[in-house]
Amino acid sequence: MEGIPVRARVYVACAALGALLCLLPLPAVRTPWWALALLAALYAGCEQIARRRFAGTFYPVLLAGAFLLPPPAAALVAVPGALLSQGAGVRRLWRAAQLALAVWAAARVHWALGGRDAVVAPDFPYALLPAGAAVLAFCLVLTVLDGSILVVAERVPARRAWRGLFLRSLAPIAVHGLAGLMMAVLWRSPYGPVAALLVLLPMGVSWWVFAQVHRERAAHQATIRALVQAVDIKDGYTRGHSERVGQASMMIARELGMDAERVEVLRFAGILHDVGKLGVPTRLLRKDGPLTPEERRIIELHPEYGHEMVRGISFLGEARGAVLHHHERLDGSGYPYGLVGAQIPESARVVAVADAFDAMTSNRSYSRARPVPVALAELERCAGTHFDPRMVQALVRSVARNGWHPAVTAEAPRPPRPRSTVVQR
Amino acid sequence: MSRRSRPLIHGSAALLVAVALLDTLRHGLAERPVALAFGALIALGEFTRWTGAPAREAAPLGAAGALAYALLGTHAGQPSHHGALQVVAVVFAAALLGGARHATRARDHLARRVLTVGFAACCFQPLYSRGVFDDFGGAAYALLIVALLTLTSLCDAVLSAALAHSRTGWPFAPLLRDELRGLLGIGSAVCATGAVMALAVAVVGLWALPVFCLPLLLTQLSFRRYAAVRATYRQTIASLARATEVAGYTPAGHARRVAALSVAVGRDLGLSGDELTVLEYAALMHDIGQLSLLDPVPAGATAGLPAAEQRRIALLGGAVVRQTGVDGSVAVIVERQADPCPEQPPAARIVRAVNAYEEKARGAGPGGSLKALEELRLGTADEYAPEVVEALARVLLNDRGGAQRLGQGAVKGLSDLGSGGVTHG
Repeated sequence: MEGIPVRARVYVACAALGALLCLLPLPAVRTPWWALALLAALYAGCEQIARRRFAGTFYPVLLAGAFLLPPPAAALVAVPGALLSQGAGVRRLWRAAQLALAVWAAARVHWALGGRDAVVAPDFPYALLPAGAAVLAFCLVLTVLDGSILVVAERVPARRAWRGLFLRSLAPIAVHGLAGLMMAVLWRSPYGPVAALLVLLPMGVSWWVFAQVHRERAAHQATIRALVQAVDIKDGYTRGHSERVGQASMMIARELGMDAERVEVLRFAGILHDVGKLGVPTRLLRKDGPLTPEERRIIELHPEYGHEMVRGISFLGEARGAVLHHHERLDGSGYPYGLVGAQIPESARVVAVADAFDAMTSNRSYSRARPVPVALAELERCAGTHFDPRMVQALVRSVARNGWHPAVTAEAPRPPRPRSTVVQR
Repeated sequence: MSRRSRPLIHGSAALLVAVALLDTLRHGLAERPVALAFGALIALGEFTRWTGAPAREAAPLGAAGALAYALLGTHAGQPSHHGALQVVAVVFAAALLGGARHATRARDHLARRVLTVGFAACCFQPLYSRGVFDDFGGAAYALLIVALLTLTSLCDAVLSAALAHSRTGWPFAPLLRDELRGLLGIGSAVCATGAVMALAVAVVGLWALPVFCLPLLLTQLSFRRYAAVRATYRQTIASLARATEVAGYTPAGHARRVAALSVAVGRDLGLSGDELTVLEYAALMHDIGQLSLLDPVPAGATAGLPAAEQRRIALLGGAVVRQTGVDGSVAVIVERQADPCPEQPPAARIVRAVNAYEEKARGAGPGGSLKALEELRLGTADEYAPEVVEALARVLLNDRGGAQRLGQGAVKGLSDLGSGGVTHG
């Protein structure tokens, strides 16, 4: 909690005060207390399950509250669940205040547009209008507060804090809003709260699956990393290199304006480009000193070994071509196939530049690291013969703008070796 | 449960459809707009059904819509008059229009859909039109609908397990257990959505359909993504398993063959779906520890090594698997594959016996398979669990033309088995 600056605490206190102001008229309005208590308990229960099973917040209950109850009462629904949730006190207070304000705004808009009558005597499709407006208000308040706390507490530039935040959260909240509306309608119908509770089940399942997707994806990434680690077991030098080539490939792809999915595939291409070294005898990989032509030929088999390994992984797409062809040269003097110019897949041309760049800027058994500008000049000298000039230019531009900070983000299984020592190859 | 149940199920479904269509043609469609709206929803559900990954319920939206139509008693406050036979006719026609005949195993899919919907409608519609439920209060009526749906989905689980049993010959009990476990996931979402749709249409009329099919469509999409992520994950694991082959530690195809045969043995021993997945992953990666060895074991045959050395390699493998982020139980199986068999978990026993069989039978020429089995039988004291060896013998014999093929060496027979049992990338 020491990390939270004073201005952020003051800001949270202001938000909490605002939320209290929203709750203030509570004794004056006619409130169905049992419904409020049931919804609040429901929301708190959902939050508890959510904390254990998945991330994210479960909005249908809150929105159903906004469609069913008068604004101050609806705002109160969110408070117990948020206060009982996980995290430091300030965070919980902030969460409670933020949700109370957002729900209050949604309920206020819904009330003003006559949504309550449309829910009680179900008047479709008109009921969709106030509900839609309420969802917009809810989303707007949430994102404004989310962005502003980033600006205040972490001094994130305002434009970055809000960029895309609203549009990104609108679609999921809209779906939650539809479920909330259905819940509210069934709650007021002869079938009562029992039927309303049924709405939560498919939403919960959908949510669970969503969390599973994230979990499985994380496991998947770990497996890819393990593929790289398998190389590391044989060749201590390759590891950091793979990650850095992945990063450089990503920078080039971004600079060329490729879409996010392709950028990700190229990052994988960079990470996995040397995976075929698994097939090269350990003795050769760790050999200190010059290689005989015979040994060199064996090492030059690694792109084909690598392709053999990754060709079954369909999501890697064009990264597989990059693994096979990353040692081809534009003038046809590369290997394994001696392809020329445009015959070489674009992905392979990207990875080739990234690979050479990192090879020059990091320590090798036969040479010390060269400074980045020297390496870039060397790449430009070889552009057109070895490398595609477009890729080289993209790397030069990207490094000029962002600099080159090879951060190996993946947790290293052992402490990184000091950079000054010459790593055994 | 007889293996001949499949023609029986298909026959009764066809009979039901024929009667329903004749009856509907004679009497005409009652309440056309409702029938058309539900028909469109079911057709949409079938149309957006996912293909590829074997899913328990491939078209949840279609299933929920069909169940809701079967249990629809009131429409916007007015009692409805469609009978059970009309429900079956509409569901069948809509499913056909939505392209259900292109689904994988289309006849099973259609038969299941028609019979479950027929069951629900026959339970509900005659009693409803006779006014049996008139005295029920709102909440009791909602609970009745839920109870009926639960009963229906239990029937569906039995039906689909019987179909799978009759199609594949795998034991019925684990199949049924898998189906029942599936009810907790997407099954419960389908049931709840069916109930909510039936009740919501009763309250607000047909507007409830588009409002509520959106959340379920989302569930369906996220399930599809889940299946896709799982599929790529499996491919990556298979590639990681090939690492030892590319590196020259084990012969080509060894991991894949051990995995296919292990899954077949596990199924014969009654393991359920999740356990089979864990077993498959562990079998694929059982040799990964060899990557840590400087010199390859001759021909990758670990079964002939001293027990201490086997255990050391197994522990190294477990360490690699732990880093891959796969489920922890996979790592446990890999690291305990060389323990004395009374102390092993069942899956590790299977991997150990199947691996030893594969190594002994490989390249032993004609009769090698029988000789290998005999060696396993003699070695059962502490190494190979007798029940696993017997299951292995059964699996090898049951394979199509098994007896004859056993003489030809197991490799060919096993590749067939692999394509039938497990899908690899």
